Amino acid sequence: MLTITDLHASCDGKEILRGIDLQINAGEVHAIMGPNGSGKSTLANVLAGRDRYQVTRGTVKYRDVDLLQMPPEGRARAGVFLAFQYPVEIPGVSNIYLLKAALNAVRKSRGEQELDAMDFLALVKDRMQLVEMKEELLYRSVNESFSGGEKKRREILQMAVLAPYLAILDETDSGLDIDALQVVAAGVNALRSPDRAFLLITHYQRLLDYVVPDVVHVLVGGRIVKSGDRALALELERTGYADLTPAPAPATMQDGR
Amino acid sequence: MEASSRDIETLVRREYKAGFVTDVESDAVPAGLSEDVIRLISEKKREPDFMLEWRLRAYRQWLTMRAPQWAHVHFAPIDFQSIVYYSAPKSRDDGPKSLADVDPKLLETYDKLGIPLRERELLAGVAIDAVFDSVSVATTFKDKLAALGIVFCPFSEAVQKHPDLVRKYLGSVVPYADNFYATLNSAVFSDGSFVYVPKGVRCPMELSTYFRINASKTGQFERTLIIADEGAYVSYLEGCTAPMRDENQLHAAVVELIALKDAQIKYSTVQNWYPGDEQGRGGIYNFVTKRGACRGENAKISWTQVETGSAITWKYPSVILEGDNSVGEFYSVAVTNNMQQADTGTKMLHIGRNTRSTIISKGISSGRGQNTYRGQVKVLKSAEKARNYTQCDSLLIGDRCGAHTFPYVEVRNPTASVEHEATTSKISEDQLFYLQSRGLTAEDAVSMVVNGFCKTVFKELPMEFAVEAQKLLGLSLEGAVG
Repeated sequence: MLTITDLHASCDGKEILRGIDLQINAGEVHAIMGPNGSGKSTLANVLAGRDRYQVTRGTVKYRDVDLLQMPPEGRARAGVFLAFQYPVEIPGVSNIYLLKAALNAVRKSRGEQELDAMDFLALVKDRMQLVEMKEELLYRSVNESFSGGEKKRREILQMAVLAPYLAILDETDSGLDIDALQVVAAGVNALRSPDRAFLLITHYQRLLDYVVPDVVHVLVGGRIVKSGDRALALELERTGYADLTPAPAPATMQDGR
Repeated sequence: MEASSRDIETLVRREYKAGFVTDVESDAVPAGLSEDVIRLISEKKREPDFMLEWRLRAYRQWLTMRAPQWAHVHFAPIDFQSIVYYSAPKSRDDGPKSLADVDPKLLETYDKLGIPLRERELLAGVAIDAVFDSVSVATTFKDKLAALGIVFCPFSEAVQKHPDLVRKYLGSVVPYADNFYATLNSAVFSDGSFVYVPKGVRCPMELSTYFRINASKTGQFERTLIIADEGAYVSYLEGCTAPMRDENQLHAAVVELIALKDAQIKYSTVQNWYPGDEQGRGGIYNFVTKRGACRGENAKISWTQVETGSAITWKYPSVILEGDNSVGEFYSVAVTNNMQQADTGTKMLHIGRNTRSTIISKGISSGRGQNTYRGQVKVLKSAEKARNYTQCDSLLIGDRCGAHTFPYVEVRNPTASVEHEATTSKISEDQLFYLQSRGLTAEDAVSMVVNGFCKTVFKELPMEFAVEAQKLLGLSLEGAVG
C-alpha cells in the first residue's frame, strides 16, 4: 500500500525528516510514536501534500504511484486521508456541505456518479452512528464552536464517509477525554478492513489500548529508531523516549566520485 | 508566506463574462451637458412641463455643487462635458409596444447575459424590465401585474401614464439637491423602473430590472422609484453589466423607495458592472444614491447588495425610519479585486419610536483592491428605544489589498441601543490545505471559504438571485492555480 524510502524533508530550510523508511501493507495498522519535535506531524503533512514542507530526498510509493508528484487534492481523491491534529474552522460552511462536496469530488475523480441529496444523507446518517455524533452538528459550520472532542469525531466521520485506502491520524487522541477517546477508537476499529491501512500518529500509548496496532515505530530526530509490536509501546510507556537516541546517520554518498 | 499569498491571489483572478458589445444603431445626443441637452432629453421623452422644470432646477443646482471628496477612492477628475447623456437603441417607432417589437439583437444580448426576456422562457415568478443604455427596451409580465393593480413599467412611461404618483413621490426621499451625483441624475436621468403596489397587495412575483450599458462614452443615469402602499409587499431585483472598454464610464443612478404603513420592500442588487482590467484601465464608476423611507408604522425596507463589479463603487443604500416600529436592514457583500475600489455602506436614520435596524456588511478584498465600509447610524431624540445592530466583517486575500471601516454613530436618545461588531480575517493557508486534503481543488477551496464568509448575506437574497450571486463569486474565483 505505502512504501516510504529514505524520505528527507525540511521546513524553512531546517531538516526535520532524515531518512524515513516505512512499509505499510493493506489491512495493517501502524503506530508511530515519538517525543515532541521528532517529526511525527511533519511525516503526516508530507504524506498529505502540504507545500510548507520540502521533500529533499527519497520516494513515497502509494498503490504503485508516486505520491509526491500529486497535489493534495489528487492524493485525497486517490484515497489518502489525513485526520488533522488541529482541524481549522471554516465559518459559514456547514459540515454537511463540505462532506458532500468532498465526497462528490472524490467520486467524480473515480468516474463514479455523484450522490444525490437523499442517498448522501442516508450514507452520512449511517456513518454518524460510528462516532456517536448528534445530527444537528452536521448543519453547524465546520469546526466553529466545536469542542476538541467534537472536532476529532468530525474528522473520523469524514474518514468514514470518504472511505480512504490509507488513513493517517495525526494525534487524533490528544486532548480527548477517555469517553471521546473510546468513541474515536471504536470508529477506527469499525473501519479496519483488509483493503485499508492506518497510520496512527500518537504521543501516548493510551490510544493503542483501544486500537491495537500491528506494528509500532519509534520516531526520534526524524528517523525511525526502533520498530516492534504492541509490546514496544508498553515498554516505551515505562522507559520513556530518553534512552532512544537517533541512530547514526547512514553514510552519505560523498561528492567527487 | 509571501509566495502563498500570491498563490491565493491568482486563484481569484477573474474573467469578465459580460464584456461584449452589441452592434445596434443608436440615437444619441451630442456629448456634453447644457440646458439645451436637458430640454432635448425631456422632449425626446415627451415629458410634461413639471418634469422639465424639475430637471432644470436640478441642473442649476448642480452647477453650484462640487463632487464629494470624502470617500476613500481615488480617480482623475471626470470631464462631465465629454459624456453622452442620452443614448437609445434606434427602434422602428418610438418604442416597442410588446416583446415582438423588440430588436432581436437586443433580445439576443439579454439571452447572452443569461436573462431571457421572452416570457415563455422566463423563470416563472420574475418579471423583468430591461434597460439598455438610456431606455427601457422591454418589460415582461406587465398585464398579469396590472390585473392586481400593480404598476411596473419604465420610468418614462410612468411619467406619461401616472404623472400624479410620480409628481407626489419623485424626489421625496432623495431631493434633487441631495448630493452632487444625485443632482446630476435628477437633471439628466433617462429611464429606469417605476413600481407602484397598491394597498394590501402582495406582489406575487419578483420584479426585476436589468441594466446594461452598451454605447461607449455614455453615462447611464437611471432613476428608480418604488412605492409600496399601506400593507403592500414587493421584492425587487436589480442586475447590471457593461462591455469591456478602456475608458471609464459613469453610472450615477438614484433609487427611491417609499414604504407606507405596514408595507414591506425588499430590494436586492447584484452589481456586476465592468470592473476594469488588471492594470485598472477602464471600468464603470458606480456612483449611486439609494435611499428608502419607512413612512408609516411597521414599515420595513430591506436592502441586499452583492457588489462584484465596477472600477469604483460609491453607494450607501439607506433607510429613513420615520414610522414607529419600522425596520431597516442592509445586507452587503462587496468584492474588490485587481485595482477596484469600493466605498460602500449604509445610513440608518432612526426617527420613530422602537425603530430597528440591522447592518451586515461583508467586504472581500483581493489583488490591490481597496474595500471600505462606511456606515452611519443616527438616532434622533424622538427615536425612543431605537435599536441597531451592526456587524462588519472584512476578508483579505493576498497581502496587497486593503480593508477599511468607518462607522459613524450618533445617538441622541438615551433609551437607544446600538451595537457594532467588526472583524478582519484572511483566507488562511490552513483552510485551503484542509479543504484540498478533502479532495477539493484550490479554486473550489477558495470559493467555498468565500461563500461561507458571505453566507449570512446570501441567505437574504431571493432564491434565483442567491444562485446567481454564488455563481458570480464562483466565476470571479475562476483562474489558473499559481
